[in-house]
Amino acid sequence: MIEGILIGLTTALTFQNILMVMVGCFFGTIIGMLPGLGPMTAIALMIPITYGFDPATGLILMAGVYYGAVFGGSTSSILLNAPGVPGTVATSFDGYPMAQQGKAGKALAIAAWSSFAGGTLSAIYLLFMAPSLSKVSLSFRSPDYFALMILGLTAIAAFSSKGQFLKAMMMVVLGLMLASVGQDSLSDITRFTFNNMNLTDGISFVLVVMATFAMSEALTIILKRNDPTSAAKQVSLTELGSIKINKEERSKMYKTIPRSSIIGFLIGVLPGAGATIASFLAYGMERNVVNDEEKEKFGKGSVNGLSAPETANNAACSGSFVPMLTLGIPGSGTTAVMLGALLGFGVQPGPRLYMTNPEIFWSIIMSMYIGMVILLILNLPLIPYIARILAVPKNYLIPLILFFSITGIYVMSFNNFDIYLMIGIAVVATFMRLYDFPMPPLILAFVLGGLMEENLRRSLLLSNGSWEFLWDRTLTLCILLTTILIVVWHFYKSIIKK
Amino acid sequence: MNINTTKVISLLFFIFSAFYLYTAYQIQVFAFDENAPFNARTFPIYLGYAGLFFSGLKLILPDPNTIKVQHKTLEYKKTAILIVIAIIYGATILKVGYFLTTSLFLFSSYYFLGERRWVLMFLLSFPFVAAFMYLLHGVLDIYLRDPFLQSIGVMG
Repeated sequence: MIEGILIGLTTALTFQNILMVMVGCFFGTIIGMLPGLGPMTAIALMIPITYGFDPATGLILMAGVYYGAVFGGSTSSILLNAPGVPGTVATSFDGYPMAQQGKAGKALAIAAWSSFAGGTLSAIYLLFMAPSLSKVSLSFRSPDYFALMILGLTAIAAFSSKGQFLKAMMMVVLGLMLASVGQDSLSDITRFTFNNMNLTDGISFVLVVMATFAMSEALTIILKRNDPTSAAKQVSLTELGSIKINKEERSKMYKTIPRSSIIGFLIGVLPGAGATIASFLAYGMERNVVNDEEKEKFGKGSVNGLSAPETANNAACSGSFVPMLTLGIPGSGTTAVMLGALLGFGVQPGPRLYMTNPEIFWSIIMSMYIGMVILLILNLPLIPYIARILAVPKNYLIPLILFFSITGIYVMSFNNFDIYLMIGIAVVATFMRLYDFPMPPLILAFVLGGLMEENLRRSLLLSNGSWEFLWDRTLTLCILLTTILIVVWHFYKSIIKK
Repeated sequence: MNINTTKVISLLFFIFSAFYLYTAYQIQVFAFDENAPFNARTFPIYLGYAGLFFSGLKLILPDPNTIKVQHKTLEYKKTAILIVIAIIYGATILKVGYFLTTSLFLFSSYYFLGERRWVLMFLLSFPFVAAFMYLLHGVLDIYLRDPFLQSIGVMG
């Protein structure tokens, strides 16, 4: 492992890669801060830029964007009560009241330190856990992978939006359907191309991500421009107050951060769960753990109430890299986007990644830590200035997002058809968003579609067409039972309880 | 009559899944693969049935979380204009070239969204695109096709 850490440090500490982490953190913070634009949009917009780099550098840039966007989301949660990402909703519970009390600077500083601590601790957990999990995952066979993908897709559908499980499952199926367009990987038979040569190679991953996130986010923002429910009450950006944290507040954070980081990391590792659930769980747990006097302060500007979700959501970000790097199965929509980008680089994440491409594996882990340090150095002194970005007029923001999206597709294919297809998918996605059809399950399914078919093919061929492979191996059966438990639990909560 | 749009979308998805399933059955596979445990049409067929199943469930089950969209407050006109501009941008980018079409796309989008600060609009279109082109083409070595700039001799 020491050798791996050194390989990682050698790669991550090159001038270019440090610069990429800085650029990634900076742009991620800015994009994540803008309400409605989350890490997925931020990463999607960065994909065209990464084409010019090697895989390790490209992924380091995306990891920086990811962390930056999560931190940026907290800023808009605290200052505007408008979370940039779902993972920072819990941050607004106590962050926004603090800002209203004239302590916005302090709230942002607590968020920055908690994010840093959560990210650092989880990077350490990842450092020790990822290699051993890689070894365990070498024993995984096709039926296990197939079952694991079913679990991942079901879990993301169950957790992605409250009470909308069926909608999320429809999006999963739609994602898999989109992935099935083009040539069959084994027989080269074309499917669903309707004799259109442009579809022979299938629909590009970048196109789907740009359409369903960047472009449809932009269209949704314009569409809901006059919606009174989406208008946020704004805290004065000129009166942020001090960013200093006193001794009493620090001692509260010392207790909150370790426990919230463990919750965040473990939740992040689970496929489909991620930062949103982690932050809510950490917030809920913290409320139960603190004394009655502190409990009273929750929802009114509690330091513990702000620190817990911030620590947990950043820890969950690192945790979500575990299934992606070790199993090749992304744990969240954001890591699904990164997996797609990695596949575009010709790198196949999975148990063998740290043997075949150790420089990528270790440099991502090491750059996570470097990213945390840079995020703190960059963001803490710049808080008063960064906050002003929230005032960027949408008249400029929206065309720029559309421009980045279309450029991304243009440099990739030089094909009008792809641009039309992207606009078409974006329009449909915008309409579906209005009615709460979640997009992350679609992206995860689209990325996993090919792998899922491949593993189902192998499993069915090996078992001569019998579905017994689902319960032949204990591991497969355990994964499937977990999937069933998630579905049953979800239906119990959303239907029977009502 | 009050129509639940979520149910309408589910119905459309149901019809789409039925069409997908029909097309999946039409996929031509090799004769020796016809009776194999798995061939090119197996997975799509499962997906078609899954689509019918989930959208069918959504159609028949009661919807306690009905989403009510306030259509009156939505900016349909500006969104439609922006989509049309994006389509025109997509249609002309290859023939005219990246620089001119992108700059015009940005400038016109700012305008239609209500911006009237001409200097800022100009700075965030033509010079901005030129700088971005330099970053992609000059620094990152990503090829950008531009017949317009080639015709005036700016780009090689």
